Amino acid sequence: MGNNAKRMAMRTPMLDELESGPWPSFISDLKKYSEKRPVITQLLNQLNDSYETKWNYWQGKILNCSGYGGGIIARVSDKSDQYPDLANFHTVRVIEPPGWVYNTKALRNLADISEKNGAGIIQFHGMSGDILLLGFDDEGSLQCCEDLMNDGWDIGGSGAAMRTLQCCVGEARCEMACYDTMKATKHITDTFIEYLHRPEFVYKCKFKLSGCGNDCANAIVRSDIPIIGTWRGPMQIDQAKVAAFIDEKGLDYTIDNVITRCPTNCISLKTATKEIEVDDANCVHCMHCLNVMHKALKPGKDRGVTILVGGHRTLKIGDTMSSVLVPFMKLETDEDLVKLTDFIDEVWEFWNDNGMDHERIGEFIHRIGMGNFLKGIGIEPDPRMIKQPRTTGYIKFEELAPSRMEGERKQDPPVWNREPESSETL
Amino acid sequence: MRETKLAPRDQGAPDYTQYLHPLMAKNYGKWDYHERIKPGLLVHVADSGDKLFTIRAGSPRTMSADTVRKISDIADQYCEGFVRFTTRSNIEFLTGDEAILDQLIDAIENDLGWPLGGTGPSVSNIAHTQGWLHCNLPGSDAAGSTKALMDDLINDFKTENLPNRVHISSSCCQINCASHGDISIIVQHHHAPRIDHDNMQICELPKVVAICPAAAIRPKLVNGKESVEIVEEKCMYCGACHGQCPSMEIRDSETDTLSIWVGGKMSNARSAPTFMKLAVWGIPNTPPRWPEVSEAVQKILTAYKETGKPWERVGEWIDRIGWAKFFELTGFPFTRYHIDDGPEALSNLNRSAMVRL
Repeated sequence: MGNNAKRMAMRTPMLDELESGPWPSFISDLKKYSEKRPVITQLLNQLNDSYETKWNYWQGKILNCSGYGGGIIARVSDKSDQYPDLANFHTVRVIEPPGWVYNTKALRNLADISEKNGAGIIQFHGMSGDILLLGFDDEGSLQCCEDLMNDGWDIGGSGAAMRTLQCCVGEARCEMACYDTMKATKHITDTFIEYLHRPEFVYKCKFKLSGCGNDCANAIVRSDIPIIGTWRGPMQIDQAKVAAFIDEKGLDYTIDNVITRCPTNCISLKTATKEIEVDDANCVHCMHCLNVMHKALKPGKDRGVTILVGGHRTLKIGDTMSSVLVPFMKLETDEDLVKLTDFIDEVWEFWNDNGMDHERIGEFIHRIGMGNFLKGIGIEPDPRMIKQPRTTGYIKFEELAPSRMEGERKQDPPVWNREPESSETL
Repeated sequence: MRETKLAPRDQGAPDYTQYLHPLMAKNYGKWDYHERIKPGLLVHVADSGDKLFTIRAGSPRTMSADTVRKISDIADQYCEGFVRFTTRSNIEFLTGDEAILDQLIDAIENDLGWPLGGTGPSVSNIAHTQGWLHCNLPGSDAAGSTKALMDDLINDFKTENLPNRVHISSSCCQINCASHGDISIIVQHHHAPRIDHDNMQICELPKVVAICPAAAIRPKLVNGKESVEIVEEKCMYCGACHGQCPSMEIRDSETDTLSIWVGGKMSNARSAPTFMKLAVWGIPNTPPRWPEVSEAVQKILTAYKETGKPWERVGEWIDRIGWAKFFELTGFPFTRYHIDDGPEALSNLNRSAMVRL
């Protein structure tokens, strides 16, 4: 489509206001490019209309390439009488290289595919991590998917599916990375690729992977299953570099910005020798002291991940922050990675068997209780999963209930099922 | 016609190893430390002694194929053909050659026209949503409002003068795809959805009823057609039903406003991650440049810059000085709407006699 689109005059007085100023203007970029792809004139004219009326003119529809149940975000314009080539103007989500690393061959390839089949608008990246290619009609979308797949790309996720993963740069360029985030991201994506392409969950499930507690992938509140790098045992300390830090920054700075900022007060300063001591058993691996003294301090050598569960933004029960599910797990060998995906499979099975429509994992846990959730997935409770034990006095102690009171239990753990067993099989 | 092979091919994530800069591939997992040479310029030093220079620049996120080619030209000339992007849509040009840094920086700033920055204690690029450009649910724009706001915050992007980094996010509806940030801008609706009873049949009504967080939607026969009704007292104008069913229009160009939230934090450093909290509401939705949003964000940043201590994120700074001081410093009115009545309501009260007087 694109280059065959109807040409019309650009009329964008509101958008013109976004062409000045020091930040790069996508309006100026797209205006210039509209000479090549005149459909962009229609797009910018419609966007300008939105700026004037404060109204949106896109509706959704459903379009999939054969064998896929997601990845094309189909949009149709309410103004297609005025802007005929926006009648079908879709986005294709593409799974990004883990860590968002590219060579120029890949970038040019995306530019060519995007331009050949549609409007040639590209976004690096969507909020789930995908590369977004914008502006294809129905046929262009499908051909775009074909071209992408022929060149080794794959289509991203949408709907009630495993969503495209995202991870930090990890071991590729960071001294703090406690595991290989890129490799783990590729492993999870590839292992469960059928769940990404064919939505069959009760609702979406997102992973984000960060190499340390700094959480550059924004995992803990933006993903259902954050996987965050950590270590056991002693932190690595180079005392000579600690002394050099103190010499450079001064004692006051060291006390105010390192020693007193430790959330568990586990660092002490030996002023005479300009050394620090860390009570490693009490370190919670928050990363602050390593961030400040990043030459002197390093994560310990026995590294792995903390797996959390349940993060999502406000709809529907309100925000849920992820919480600890597996305090520590090694993630070094290929066997470790398989152990991880086997574990995820079990979590998913219990959630999908018992979750209600549109119920994210965090909402499911909120409804049935973490205790029941742990029983359902076969994990022993661990005090590191909680901030403090319960303060609510109403408890069903199963072990202490007299048998005559117990009644018939249909399910173990006792999760209310959305489809109660009935006599309809009779 | 389309050249079709049998789908699905389920190829999975791209092989990232082919996209690693040679110095990344060589020193994978063997990095020693990094330094910020100046805003926008990092050097990572490997155990081997290799140095990899990273130049970070703010990208508009949305770009034409020609701009992607221009990036590629620069990367081919100076970076052995390798770049990466960050979580907040910054671009990073990578090179091992210290001698060409000035030329590379010149090409980025002048040929491409993208500013260097977003490193260390600065305002990074804004994580934002799709908005009027291409979403079916937005009450505002995102790419355009991000452009306008970053124009105003450019000095805080290009310098490292804040107590710690500031992540800003901007979302066009309550679903809040851009999620939590140190400062976050969100659209707020102010009345219940308007139901198009004649067009409700295109939606799965049980799902429409079930998605309501407030249980405010009930099935109802209207003019002989299956539809729903809304219990106005229960409805909290979130728009969850609108996402489920386009016949439940929640947006209103006359009455929708923006609110600004503060103190979201995903990092575990020092303090546990936190949700963002309401700072100011009722800001008008004013394209094309949203000056009222910019003014409010700058009030927060000014107060943070003046009274924050090193390494304190916005939420940690407010925890230390107290919310009364935050409202005093910013001049935002504290109202009864700031007091939580959601799931966290009671635990968000000051349940102690510890009061700053």
